[in-house]
Amino acid sequence: MSQAILDVKPEYPWKLTPKDLVTDFLGALFTLASTLAIVGFSPLKGKLGFAITLIFMAVITTTIMSWIKLDRKAAFNSATTVLVYVTASFVIIALASVLYEIIRLGAPGFSFSIFSNDMSQTASDMPLTEGGLLHAVIGTAYIVTFATLISTPIGILTALYIVEVKGRFAGLVRFFVQAMSGVPSIVAGLFIFALWMIQLGNAYSAVAGGFALTVLMIPTVARTAEEVLKLIPSDLREAGLALGATQWRTVAMVVIPAARSGLITAVILGIARVVGETAPLLLTIGGADAINLNPTQGNMSAFPYYVWKNLLIGSENAISRAWLGVFVLMIVVLVFFTLARYLGAARGGRK
Amino acid sequence: MSAAVVEQKQTPQPRVITTEPRFTDKVFRSVVTSGGLIAGLLLGLIGFFLIYNGFEAIRAAGLSFLTGFNWVDAVPEDGQAASYGVGAMLYGTMVTGILAMLMGVPVAVGTALFLSYYAPEWIKKPMVVVVDVMAAIPSIVYGLWGYFVLMPHAEYWAKLIHKYLGFIPFFDMPAPVFTRSPFIAGLVLAIMIIPIVTAVSREVFAQTPLERIQAAYALGATKWSMIKAVVFPYGRGGVIGGAMLGLGRALGETVAVYTVLNLVYDIRIEVLLSAGGSVASMIVNKFGEADPVELQALMGAGFVLFMVTLLVNFLANYIINKTARE
Repeated sequence: MSQAILDVKPEYPWKLTPKDLVTDFLGALFTLASTLAIVGFSPLKGKLGFAITLIFMAVITTTIMSWIKLDRKAAFNSATTVLVYVTASFVIIALASVLYEIIRLGAPGFSFSIFSNDMSQTASDMPLTEGGLLHAVIGTAYIVTFATLISTPIGILTALYIVEVKGRFAGLVRFFVQAMSGVPSIVAGLFIFALWMIQLGNAYSAVAGGFALTVLMIPTVARTAEEVLKLIPSDLREAGLALGATQWRTVAMVVIPAARSGLITAVILGIARVVGETAPLLLTIGGADAINLNPTQGNMSAFPYYVWKNLLIGSENAISRAWLGVFVLMIVVLVFFTLARYLGAARGGRK
Repeated sequence: MSAAVVEQKQTPQPRVITTEPRFTDKVFRSVVTSGGLIAGLLLGLIGFFLIYNGFEAIRAAGLSFLTGFNWVDAVPEDGQAASYGVGAMLYGTMVTGILAMLMGVPVAVGTALFLSYYAPEWIKKPMVVVVDVMAAIPSIVYGLWGYFVLMPHAEYWAKLIHKYLGFIPFFDMPAPVFTRSPFIAGLVLAIMIIPIVTAVSREVFAQTPLERIQAAYALGATKWSMIKAVVFPYGRGGVIGGAMLGLGRALGETVAVYTVLNLVYDIRIEVLLSAGGSVASMIVNKFGEADPVELQALMGAGFVLFMVTLLVNFLANYIINKTARE
């Protein structure tokens, strides 16, 4: 009896049979061959013609094949499957193109001497071996540090208000913060210009740029921190309160330590969001070619501003400088991005 | 006698049980509340200071601030008065935003479907990273890429569209200048809004009740009929909200649009022509050499942009929150 059961072979009806594989392979071959033939013998030329014909032929082939094999519904299913894969590959191609061009056009100008020079003695048109972007490094460091120092407490307090205190306005604050994450960056710049410069009579400075970035950074920090705090199990809070702790002690000694890496992730995501913002800085920092070590006074430069200025100058070397700036900026952004993901993954892994 | 007094004194008072928060909690709550309210009030402050500084310009122009096509500085020598209107720019902003939605949303929804239902396990994670990295790229990078890399290609595509679809008024071409058109700006914006629309769509798709999906499969549905019958009806609101969130981003985009769009103070329906408008880019464009009067007008323009994006965002968040709660 047991022998008979062991003799039964498990079946996998969903697995592709060799016959299926052969027809699929032939279909793919036909698609490729017909595409090449059409591109070869018709006025459709170039990469675009090839891509469009390939997509078209792939949809046609799979549709007809599944129609013959099964029915109309299967045909629709195959056509949409191909289209979904095509859209996903569009996204990959776009990102690959952006990253590839940044490396191709930005990396050749890269050398470590750019971190020891500024542009005060160098015109943008000079070869890239002259000058550097130390002034932009310092400016961005000041501006982003300042924005982080202000927006971290406000962002985390906002998240605490929504999740822990659950005050009367919690829903309203949450809704406003959500809407704030869609405020155009140029509007943030105009707001700081109106408040800090026109109303309070200050001049361009790194601090003003930091204020503008704060406006953009608060929603990112607050929303991510909110998500993180919501993930903390309420058992922990209840245990803290049951031991007789006040809410303040519970939050400070239990909730915050449990959420620490997540909160750090929130801040890093906020930094990654604002470090490349250009428009608000154009209205608030004034721009400079020389190193300015005083964040509260005088015009300041920054990475995005450096890129922007060289882009507008437009000569060959200036454009190379712009790409170089973008290359360095992308490295900074990706470092923060990877850091945030790494910390986020570590948090998820421990759970 | 004295012993009794001592005994009385030693009787402990019954403990007062109260829900009144302790002093430290009161301090904690007020600090947290004020922090939360600062963030909530910031939105109001932004609106207030923009309208406060731009009110003169808007009052001087009246309704024509919204509908006017001119952005002319005062020239006292010629007796020419200043005339500021954001009408053309507002129209151009809408055109590029809608083009971005038309091109970006289908790709984004397709990508979200791919991630939720089609992708093999091994490609899912890298693909999520791809979308996240796209969201992290600063707009000036897209601007540079759009101008130097995409535009030569897009110009060729625009010529093809004009050649084969030129009979449609939108694709007509009065002058053969195909660079820096609303079409190309829309293309760059489409790529920029794909991450957010994908993220929101994926979130709603993930909330589709599993038993309905399984029910559809059990009735013999193919993957596509399941998506059509279960996923789309359930997630429609979320996808619409995500698309509007993307539209809000596209409307407010500044530097990326500035590099790939030629600003012209005119209303044209030909989207392939090198003439378009964008309120945000116009503000950056005019800001450098603005005198105090023009600055007021720019603040007014910023206020209009702020209100438009806020409206779109409010609506989008409302739709998404409503869908998420159901």
